[in-house]
Amino acid sequence: MPLITMREALNQALREEMRRDESVFLMGEEVGAYEGAYKVSRGLLAEFGPKRVIDTPISELGFAGLGVGAAMVGLRPVIEFMTFNFSILATDQIINSAAKMLYMSGGQFKIPIVFRGPNGSAYQVSSQHSQALESWYAHFPGLKVVMPSTPADAKGLLKSAIRDDDPVIFMEQERMYGMKGEVPEDEDFIIPLGVADIKREGTDVTIVARSLMVPVALRAAEELEKEGISCEVIDPRTIRPLDIETIVNSVKKTNRVVIAEESHPFCGVGAEISAEIIERAFDYLDAPPRRVSGADAPMPYAKNLEALAIPDVQRIVAAVREVTYTA
Amino acid sequence: MATKIVMPKLSPTMEEGQLARWLKKEGEQIAPGETIAEVDTDKATMEVTANTAGVLRKILVHEGESVPLGHPIAIVGEADEDISALLTEVEKSPGGEKVKQSAPAAEERAAREERREAPSPEAPSNGERGAERIFVSPIAARMAAEAGINLRTLKGSGPGGRIIKRDIEAAIEASRQAAPRLAEAAPAQPIPSEAAPYEEVPLTEMRRTIARRLASSIGPVPHFFLTTEIEMDRAIELRRSLNELDPELNISLNDIIVKVAAAALMQHPQVNASFQERAIRYYKQADIGVAVALEDGLITPVVRAANLKSLGTISREIRELAERARARKLKPEEYTGATFSVSNLGMFGIDEFTAIINPPEAGILAVGAAQPKPVVRDGEIVIRQMMRVTMSCDHRIIDGATGAQFLQTFKRLLENPLRLLI
Repeated sequence: MPLITMREALNQALREEMRRDESVFLMGEEVGAYEGAYKVSRGLLAEFGPKRVIDTPISELGFAGLGVGAAMVGLRPVIEFMTFNFSILATDQIINSAAKMLYMSGGQFKIPIVFRGPNGSAYQVSSQHSQALESWYAHFPGLKVVMPSTPADAKGLLKSAIRDDDPVIFMEQERMYGMKGEVPEDEDFIIPLGVADIKREGTDVTIVARSLMVPVALRAAEELEKEGISCEVIDPRTIRPLDIETIVNSVKKTNRVVIAEESHPFCGVGAEISAEIIERAFDYLDAPPRRVSGADAPMPYAKNLEALAIPDVQRIVAAVREVTYTA
Repeated sequence: MATKIVMPKLSPTMEEGQLARWLKKEGEQIAPGETIAEVDTDKATMEVTANTAGVLRKILVHEGESVPLGHPIAIVGEADEDISALLTEVEKSPGGEKVKQSAPAAEERAAREERREAPSPEAPSNGERGAERIFVSPIAARMAAEAGINLRTLKGSGPGGRIIKRDIEAAIEASRQAAPRLAEAAPAQPIPSEAAPYEEVPLTEMRRTIARRLASSIGPVPHFFLTTEIEMDRAIELRRSLNELDPELNISLNDIIVKVAAAALMQHPQVNASFQERAIRYYKQADIGVAVALEDGLITPVVRAANLKSLGTISREIRELAERARARKLKPEEYTGATFSVSNLGMFGIDEFTAIINPPEAGILAVGAAQPKPVVRDGEIVIRQMMRVTMSCDHRIIDGATGAQFLQTFKRLLENPLRLLI
């Protein structure tokens, strides 16, 4: 299998789905002539032309709404947010329109739309541009939320998201666009939404990690293996619908769990996973579930403080030692 | 000092027991080893024996009542001793509800309960552990209940004294090791009839990696197989001579194979072992499981400490165990806890086969039929009785060379069984 970057994998997914289905189109700021702020849409304007690769003004609420309308009449828009921080402006269209339309129209209007772009921290872009917003969108019934952690997952999940008849929030990570991995070239390669992936098998503790935290958790697992602690790393891949079965089964085996996430802890996805585990696997726990989250504070601009605000290998290792009583 | 007698674990799968019959009454003297009650388990009616001397002071569980493993069923002490503290503790222990059904103590207890309900913010002045709040992780609580372990006897190693999974594992381990010690104290019994004692050596990093990688490639127990052909003429001759000496003996080739396997295991302790999650357990005696075919299945009765027993004893034991196996009269401890197994299909004319390891044992020997075959000896073709054996090895513990060396010893002994006498 070819070794390609996350941005190339996303580009392949878009290209293949646009070739496969004429109703798929891409719209957002700088997606056409500039080929995307992170070059995810490289070559798409040249291949598909300005009717299907549309540069928009800086008007998130406007083009998100345009996308929802297009989806109502049968098209399959992919809306790129330059980052999800800017999607905050478009939440009325996403939450009040896209998420509710199927329900409020009594099933008459499905909204097969994908909102995608980078989520979470980048490099020193400070408080307003470093936010991990998955818990916002996962909160609302009617939206699916996807967060890939490898190039292959990114490709297979984006293709599924585009083919899905519901609105999908597809969250990439700026720090991961250059990450390489093996990716199948097969045009029919898709990964179903709602299926977690066991990134590493282990017996002593389960680490649930998503997006940027998956490679960090895997490095922590390697370090812990040297001490004889065997970690199972589970990547839910889809936050909603959440494959809680896979997580619970793992915890029943290991009896301990650490949840790593880049987002703030309060009312976060980690809190939800923790609650689900306690409700479903209480009798199997040997220690309280432990979250390792981003700092409960706005992201600092200073490089040293930024590093402290994002979970790293050492913090995950420390949390694992705590729940395995090996500290 | 007064002590509790608790519901013992009488079969491997037992979780609770129903008291079928008390053989002693309150006030009667009891002695260690004496049968004091009968209990119905999930499998059969089993006897409960006392392990202390004293007077049966109080029966806590009456005939027909069921209680979980580890639950107190009676109190033994001196005839005139004050047992009220112990009674209080018993009543407060988890599962105390069930005991409440026993009528005679009910009034007494009700009175005490009233006293207990009176709010008392201070810690119990008598330092009685029975009244302390226990902190225990959910999985540890569940494991303790299943193993019949009283949490109040444990000290937690987690934060704030929380009892955690590894404390329960340690307690189970300790009780397992305590069992053989009791046997030693029992009157004259030169050869242990209990499960093999062992020492546990923590897994090395390399061993752990080998274990993980191999296990992930084939099932939970990664098997590999070693086959060798053994010249059986001398073993057959030995058997004939022995049976001529005393036809009553009726020693079979399989008896010799079991004896030889036990001797070889003693020379290769790496093979007489079992894989634990974090350690390898090396057994200090060879408890050999001998596969016995039943009409609708098979069972593997165990010859304990076969390395210490004579051929005659082994032969007699196997015959006796096999007979009772066919009559379904084996006790659980007679068919569990082997350290190695032998399966012989020679009587069915099988040339060779592979057997599946019976976990947690690390190996099993599959024995084919001994039959005349042309072989080359000193450049000449001669006829010899040849038998093929295949050993299945648990690769997490046994490597190719380790298994091969064991099999080499086994072969050398079996080809010259007189070596057993050296």
